[in-house]
Amino acid sequence: MAKKDDDILKKVTGSEYEFGFVSNIEEEIFPPGLNEDIIRKISEKKNEPKWMLDFRLKAYRKWKSMEMPQWAHLRIPEIDYQAISYFAAPKKPKYNSLDEVDPEILETFNKLGIPLEEQLVLAGVAVDAIVDSTSVKTTFKETLSNLGIIFCSISEAIQDHPDLVKKYLASVVPVGDNYFAALNSAVFSDGSFVYIPKGVRCPMELSSYFRINAANTGQFERTLIIADEGSYVSYLEGCTAPQRDENQLHAAVVEIIVHKDAEVKYSTVQNWYPGDKDGKGGIFNFVTKRGICEGENSKLTWAQVETGSAITWKYPSTILKGDNSISEFYSVAVTNNHQQADTGTKMIHIGKNTKSHIVSKGISAGYSENSYRGLVKVMKGAENARNYSQCDSLLMGDKCGAHTFPYIEVENKTAVVEHEATTSKVSEDQIFYCNQRGISTEDAVGLIVNGYAKEVIKQLPMEFAVEAQKLLQITLEGSVG
Amino acid sequence: MSNKMLEIKNLHAEINGKEILKGIDLTVNEGEVHAIMGPNGSGKSTLAAVITGKPGYEVTKGEILFYGKNLLEMPPEERALAGIFLSFQYPVEIPGVTMMNFLKAAVNAKRKYEGKEEMSAAEFLRFIREKQKLVEMDTNLTNRAVNEGFSGGEKKKNEIFQMAVLEPKLAILDETDSGLDIDALRVVANGVNKLRSPERSFIVITHYQRLLDYIVPDIVHILYKGKIVKTAGKELALELEEKGYGWIKEQF
Repeated sequence: MAKKDDDILKKVTGSEYEFGFVSNIEEEIFPPGLNEDIIRKISEKKNEPKWMLDFRLKAYRKWKSMEMPQWAHLRIPEIDYQAISYFAAPKKPKYNSLDEVDPEILETFNKLGIPLEEQLVLAGVAVDAIVDSTSVKTTFKETLSNLGIIFCSISEAIQDHPDLVKKYLASVVPVGDNYFAALNSAVFSDGSFVYIPKGVRCPMELSSYFRINAANTGQFERTLIIADEGSYVSYLEGCTAPQRDENQLHAAVVEIIVHKDAEVKYSTVQNWYPGDKDGKGGIFNFVTKRGICEGENSKLTWAQVETGSAITWKYPSTILKGDNSISEFYSVAVTNNHQQADTGTKMIHIGKNTKSHIVSKGISAGYSENSYRGLVKVMKGAENARNYSQCDSLLMGDKCGAHTFPYIEVENKTAVVEHEATTSKVSEDQIFYCNQRGISTEDAVGLIVNGYAKEVIKQLPMEFAVEAQKLLQITLEGSVG
Repeated sequence: MSNKMLEIKNLHAEINGKEILKGIDLTVNEGEVHAIMGPNGSGKSTLAAVITGKPGYEVTKGEILFYGKNLLEMPPEERALAGIFLSFQYPVEIPGVTMMNFLKAAVNAKRKYEGKEEMSAAEFLRFIREKQKLVEMDTNLTNRAVNEGFSGGEKKKNEIFQMAVLEPKLAILDETDSGLDIDALRVVANGVNKLRSPERSFIVITHYQRLLDYIVPDIVHILYKGKIVKTAGKELALELEEKGYGWIKEQF
């Protein structure tokens, strides 16, 4: 099948490739290592104002004084931070045609039904001839700017909207919040910036995918989303296709500010390279995601499907500051082979009548370890705060592990906090029952797992949900029987 | 006259190294209803498991042919797609998966196997409603998760309902009567009788004559200690009812 795709590719690219678009791109990569000079150079390369450089330097100094956290239920190999290069110009194509790409990845692309153009981008094949997506992007941009919505890279925002960036950057995740957040603040490469003005309902899902071509944003991504009073936005991060990256360490920061009567829905499908079946390679994903329900009646919803990365360390959190604010967290985290995940959420209730709802579904297969770690904190002033947490674990096989670490801290007597946890197993009997009705084992696993994860999947935007279902099935292929 | 559907020849099978089936010979022709009776532990359910390919059983000798094809080389789902249906003695619960989605997956797998296109949502719904009516199945059950929280009777009715939907060539009913009250038994038996046809065959595994009052077999076999020790017409079931299994045990 690669042959056929290759033919199409050849047709599209023709001979123009010889002249190369690679040469137009600055191919500069900084030498490995991290020091103040490197940070100055990053800032200079990006043509940043002084306040941004100061921000980075402050973060770097903070980071130097910190130590990597050890509390997670993870085995993390030593990371040599001086061996990493902290600045690379836009990615150059790694391959000249799909034939050079690992056939296993292409197989997955096909199963997910990803169009050829996207396959090319995702696999890192030269795509200079694919220009259609550019025009699509432009149309989007026009619609958005007519409504006053800003959706651009954070680098652009620093140049074009410095007041907004200055006001909100690190307002939810302070520079020294944790080891990885400090590192990100010092060296972040790029990311997304979203601002929805007062009373505006964003008419489309904003997807980071539209910016996938833009730059090498992967490793230290920085995202800032601001929903002004009475606005609404649904933001999608990532894509369902497997993403390869040579950079082993990923430390992103996402900050979300939700003002009075506003609502933000943040959906993620994370499918970074998990390493091979023996646990070699794979991405270490150490993410800090946090939002604040700043105003009254604001709402923040997290929905995520996590299937990738060798190690995941991730706790999307919400500070419920505004009275009557609501936050929901829906998560499916899948680990297979030798993957490790320590994920969950934090809900900090500060305002009165604040509500949080947590639904976490872990699926472990192979030799993997899957932990839920969640904190529900009700502060003194949070009268009538309510929380309901549900943590389910599904085990496939008998070599994997599932763990739940719920932390509950309540300082207000009127609060009601509920926690429920279940553990179940996909049994051979269930698979045989499906087989006996003519359903293949592969489809049976998909059916069972999607049934289990349904509550979360249905929170995802429609197209995302369909892809996520397929993704779950593919991730767990061969893990039963 | 009628075509041979299933041929079991000198079948030996074991589980965990223990031999359960010790040389079974059985031929089922199209349109026939066979009853297999026998005391507990004689190997009735093992026979059903081996025919359908349940993991954990090892066939050490003999063969099973289905329309001349070697069944033992086929994975369980292929046997199902070829037209073999098992009504489980203990239907399995699958939380979160609605009967609708489950049946859709099953029906589409079958249609794909037969080279047909998938049914449209409306078509599928109509098809399901029709089958529900046929077997007097409560429409609410299809919106619930597969067997989850079903009563014993509902589970068994659900098996017959699935049989109606999947329209198998050979249906094996493994103690479908166990745990049923007389009304549920009648519903189940009526469902089966409506599905009887000259092309469709049944193997009815049961302890009791009771079910055979409703589903009248053509041939009755007695399975004892892993072998078929007696084969006769439907009167054999009545004889068993009268005399119990004692005389069989003495004889063999």
